[in-house]
Amino acid sequence: MNAFPIRALLAASLGLVPMVAALADGGRAMPIRVPPAYTQECASCHVAYPPGMLPARSWQRVMSGLERHYGADASLDATTVQQLDAWLQARAGTYKRVSEEPPQDRITRSAWFERKHRKVEPTVWQLPSVKSAANCASCHAGADQGRFDDDKLRMPDGLTPRQLRAWVD
Amino acid sequence: MNFRILSPALLVAAVTAFGPVPARAADTTIAQQLAHWSAQAGAPGNAARGQSFFGNKHAGEWSCASCHGTPPTGTGKHASTGKAIDPLAPAFNPRAFTDAARVEKWFRRNCKDVLARECSAAEKADVLAYLAGLK
Repeated sequence: MNAFPIRALLAASLGLVPMVAALADGGRAMPIRVPPAYTQECASCHVAYPPGMLPARSWQRVMSGLERHYGADASLDATTVQQLDAWLQARAGTYKRVSEEPPQDRITRSAWFERKHRKVEPTVWQLPSVKSAANCASCHAGADQGRFDDDKLRMPDGLTPRQLRAWVD
Repeated sequence: MNFRILSPALLVAAVTAFGPVPARAADTTIAQQLAHWSAQAGAPGNAARGQSFFGNKHAGEWSCASCHGTPPTGTGKHASTGKAIDPLAPAFNPRAFTDAARVEKWFRRNCKDVLARECSAAEKADVLAYLAGLK
């Protein structure tokens, strides 16, 4: 997982690329500095997804269709759209499989997402406490802060005993 | 995984670019909104009509209450993402209806989600009357 940042750091220290290259790529972590408008506008309805979770082309399509945003109207003034679009694209994912554009530009349809969640049964996504694969925070306690590491997981309410045992495995 | 290799200069540049977190406008109240939309509608908002409107799906998939709850005095839950939503009734959330641009934006978005069109002045006045009366 650390391959890119380490390479980037080495390259930067050798003067091969400017330090800004480290900012431009997205690993899937949340950038340190997030525009207040991103939190205010996007995170009202869902977790503030890290820009590195989608490639630039996907973000571009998402931001040009906010009036019809996955079943809801998320329209914004043009200035804010432009600001957030630029920020998202500059930090979009280029790391390994994130560079693939997922179906419908959905993070949850990405190959890396499906692989990481392959042991989660379909019924778990449908629990009232989860509702949707887009509801990261139902299991990832640090999602609101952009932290998705496995050691910060919490169990959603309503798991069956068998699913509870699988969780521990 | 985390990028901790930002130079201080870049960090300063980033902070400058985005500016400080903007304070909320606090340029309106629910009473002002209610008076404004009642005047636009040419009749005072009606709380009972607002309550019925709020819980009605209007032939669509969602009502206002689908996300804001019934009554909207507690924390709501986004109907598709599950994200928590602060209480809508001002008596239970001092920040509700205090920023005119925000009120305008959410009426526009959410009316389109529920009714597939923008709400009329009379509909807004009715809903505001209902929300203002929740104690």
